[in-house]
Amino acid sequence: MERYPMGSFDVIVVGAGHAGCEAALAPARMGLKTAMFSITLEAIAMMPCNPSIGGTGKGHLVREIDALGGEMGVNADKTFLQSRMLNTAKGPAVHSLRVQADKSRYHEEMKRTLERQANLEIKQAEVVDLLVEDGAVTGIVTRTGGVYTAKAVIIATGTFLRGRIFIGEAAYTGGPNGMAASVELSDSLKRLGIPLRRFKTGTPARIDRKSLDFDKMIVQHGDDHVVPMSFMNDIDFAENKVDCWLTYTNETTHEIIRNNFHRSGLYTGEIVGVGPRYCPSIETKIDRFPDRSRHQLFIEPEGENTDEMYIQGMSSSLPEDVQTAFYRSIPGLENAVIMRPAYAIEYDCIDSLDLNATLESKIIRGLYFAGQTNGSSGYEEAAAQGLMAGINAALKIQGRDPLILDRSEAYIGVLIDDLVTKGTNEPYRMMTSRAEYRLILRQDNAADRLTQKAYDIGLASRERYERYLEVREATEAEIKRLRSTKVSADVLNPWLESIGSAPVSEGTYLADLLKRAEVTYDNLAQVDPERLEIPYHSRTQVHVKLKYEGYLNKQELQIERFKRMEDRKLPEDLDYDSLEGLRIEAREKLSRFRPVSVGQASRISGINPADINVLLIYLEKMRHSRSNKDTENE
Amino acid sequence: MEDTITAIATAPGEGGIGIIRISGSEACDTVLRIFRLPSGRSVEKLDNRMLTYGNIVDDNGSVIDEAMVVYMQAPHSYTGEDVVEIQCHGSMVSLRKILQLVLAHGAVMADRGEFTKRAFLNGRLDLAEAEAVIDIIRARSDRGLDAAVSQLQGRLSGRISSIRKDLADLDSDIIAHIEYPEEDLEELEYPDLIKRVSVIRNAVARLADSASTGRILRDGLRLSIVGRPNVGKSSLLNLILNQDRAIVTDIPGTTRDTIQEYATVGGIPVILTDTAGIRETDDIIEKIGIERSRDSADTADVIIVMTDSAAGISREDMEILKQYSSDHTVAVLNKIDISDDDMLRSEEDLVRSETGISHIVRLSAFSGEGRDVLIDTIRSFVYSGEVSLENDELVTNVRHAELLRQALVYLDEASSMLRGGEALDFAETDIRSAWHLLGEITGEAVSEDIITEVFSRFCLGK
Repeated sequence: MERYPMGSFDVIVVGAGHAGCEAALAPARMGLKTAMFSITLEAIAMMPCNPSIGGTGKGHLVREIDALGGEMGVNADKTFLQSRMLNTAKGPAVHSLRVQADKSRYHEEMKRTLERQANLEIKQAEVVDLLVEDGAVTGIVTRTGGVYTAKAVIIATGTFLRGRIFIGEAAYTGGPNGMAASVELSDSLKRLGIPLRRFKTGTPARIDRKSLDFDKMIVQHGDDHVVPMSFMNDIDFAENKVDCWLTYTNETTHEIIRNNFHRSGLYTGEIVGVGPRYCPSIETKIDRFPDRSRHQLFIEPEGENTDEMYIQGMSSSLPEDVQTAFYRSIPGLENAVIMRPAYAIEYDCIDSLDLNATLESKIIRGLYFAGQTNGSSGYEEAAAQGLMAGINAALKIQGRDPLILDRSEAYIGVLIDDLVTKGTNEPYRMMTSRAEYRLILRQDNAADRLTQKAYDIGLASRERYERYLEVREATEAEIKRLRSTKVSADVLNPWLESIGSAPVSEGTYLADLLKRAEVTYDNLAQVDPERLEIPYHSRTQVHVKLKYEGYLNKQELQIERFKRMEDRKLPEDLDYDSLEGLRIEAREKLSRFRPVSVGQASRISGINPADINVLLIYLEKMRHSRSNKDTENE
Repeated sequence: MEDTITAIATAPGEGGIGIIRISGSEACDTVLRIFRLPSGRSVEKLDNRMLTYGNIVDDNGSVIDEAMVVYMQAPHSYTGEDVVEIQCHGSMVSLRKILQLVLAHGAVMADRGEFTKRAFLNGRLDLAEAEAVIDIIRARSDRGLDAAVSQLQGRLSGRISSIRKDLADLDSDIIAHIEYPEEDLEELEYPDLIKRVSVIRNAVARLADSASTGRILRDGLRLSIVGRPNVGKSSLLNLILNQDRAIVTDIPGTTRDTIQEYATVGGIPVILTDTAGIRETDDIIEKIGIERSRDSADTADVIIVMTDSAAGISREDMEILKQYSSDHTVAVLNKIDISDDDMLRSEEDLVRSETGISHIVRLSAFSGEGRDVLIDTIRSFVYSGEVSLENDELVTNVRHAELLRQALVYLDEASSMLRGGEALDFAETDIRSAWHLLGEITGEAVSEDIITEVFSRFCLGK
């Protein structure tokens, strides 16, 4: 087929899911001419699986995306139906915000934002080929022969790449949610020498609300006070609109599933892709935990203007007759009418170890990858990578230093470092326990950690930046005030007694009282008449920073140590074969991964402390020979 | 900046002088915290390349040993960093005590070859030397330790692994609750968590404690011989060693310094300290020796108090016996070859009733009679539990002991957070830190393990 020129861009983004949207918005906002391609524009910010945004670890990612000037948090705030802050009793570092979003409105609002974004063009077209010259990407080709040139291309194809759907014994080529798969682009990537592998995921059925009996389920309300995802909104900025429900499977359900194991693609050997441990299908759960007498499921609305209900906890690749039977064995679902059946989807993804920390390919320059195609899972993980790929593609074109967040700065740093340094053998999900420094990486201080950086690169808006400065100032002033405000024992003791806390013998600073288990920033107000209202986003920070000061300081010390190794950069052209003392295995691994720092090298599996010492010694040799040369030149 | 590191720089078990080297930016500050002038005053700063005489003191202000400290300012030192060396008496007892103090005051234990590595990193070694450094470092991970040590290490690894397994179980229980707040999991009860932390904590504490008994296997049992001048202490030392090591004369006060010998007694490695006769004296040199003998007896695993049975038990003998009376003290009635049975019996009764010392041995250091009984008595201490040599003696490595100690701090912290009713998150952080530290002993600290553990034990996910 004849190819013909159709245009020229700085950045082209292939895919319009959660990664694609952020990957397109960031460069456009940074002033670069950007185009976003999607097989269908209906796929923009589509949520083909659950209707929620946030949750443990993921809520942190959304706050960070937001702090960096990304769109996910803002869009979630615009379109949420129910909001809950999870884990409030388990410590400030693991407080996790999660919302149920209206899927169709989420898509519409995001599409609207993209449409209105200056420097950004949105195009419905299937990208089938990549153009590469001298190891650097130069553009893309669409199915209809259109050639678009670009300085950088970001691949964010999600589960579309050679997607294959499994429902019982039926298996066919297809993308998520009944959409077409993208087949040819896989071949193009392979031709360019980019190894691909197969991962798999699945989604439960959508059931008609009218067929459900909610009297037999337990209702789940949203929080009394809605906490915003975005730093740009305040508490109580909106109200919950819907409820969710909880119900349970039973032995009958399990029996039905067990009797039909053999009809699942998973067990017939049809599915070769690797699925995620943390998102198992119902048949996997029953197979792996035969002793469990029940599994819980949440019934969640997909939107305000639809009767489709999402059955969280029951993804499956069993045939539709079996699905109908097992769903109907559950209290409240006796008459369930399935609108969309559960399915499993298998797709091509790359090995994330082939990426730099900027998410640029190590194989083709200027080619970036983001989202599920890197082996991650989840909307939030995808959006975070899309944002960072977009930022770094833009920075490179602008000739500026990349923005790489490390493990001590952001969950985004943990996510990307895990992907590009440790790699993953299953779809990767963010969890708070993956972050070594999670007491510092809280969702309440995301702006503190990241907004300055985002403003410096021209991504965060002036409005966001000023709001951040204002909140920071308020936080610091309030902390200072509490540290210097002493209250007499006469005033304190009756109150301390009322909250079951030991009396004080003399006047005590409010900041010191806050260290007690029974005291919170909120209840402290009762003995703090001079307190003025501070911004919502300051409140948690004041509470946490004073109350857990010791813990935070301890973690800061650990971070200092960590940073030392991150700061020891390894030259890009280092010939590991020439290094005395490295084991063969270490040589091979280091040559393949090309870590940027000694710190990163130490996290590669199979690299031991002795290898790290050899690297340190080498770096020192280099430094010496350089400084000796400098001396000679003087 | 790098950590400030420390280690004993002199070879174990040799020489009258021992050196502890501290290198790094905190070297001076660390030493100044534990060093006092003979007057008891602290020192504000150390002068570059000047020796300063004084005492090393513990946190209570008690003198551990007299010492000279010397400061070598960066970059003109072995490592190229600020280095302070503490020169003290060569006994492993005082060296170890001082090392512990230095560790407690801000330094961390140096890895093998680390001083040399730093020397290289700071440009203090040439290339050829650097190659040797690589070999040293290489050896650390690739070459095994000798058989006896590695067997010990194997047992330690087994113990640590099982403690880590318990920690991982506990941690993954908590993580599952944190990561999956809505999941249908059994509630975690604080009292139960506190109990689990405390069981693990005690296991770690036992291992950490064994660091001191484990030391016996490596450095030997500390055996001190004390007594009035000229009761035959040096003769006993020679008897045990079968050699003329200490000068034996009839003149009281001949042994003016403590004399240390390493020997195997009844299959147990022993550090023998023959100490100056304890008595009031004006002789300045003797005085130092006497004080030192008091110190070494205070830190000994087994104390032998000697009396001259022919001369009878004097008031002075009785004072010394009472001073050193403990359940690991042996009263040795020497010179039985020139003493009679009735006298010995009455002396034994006197010691038993007046001092509470129950282990009494009759000996002739001159003829050797009673030597076997004495050795059996010493062995009985070791094997009966007072100075235990049971299974727990696994920790012989100071770095391991230090890691155990740090893990203990984290577990105590976790426990206190749980007891205080604080959020689970903090306890989890501490538990994980402890798990990591123990992993550094066995070299298997990888955090993905915990996550794997979570998913293998719980049915989680949408």
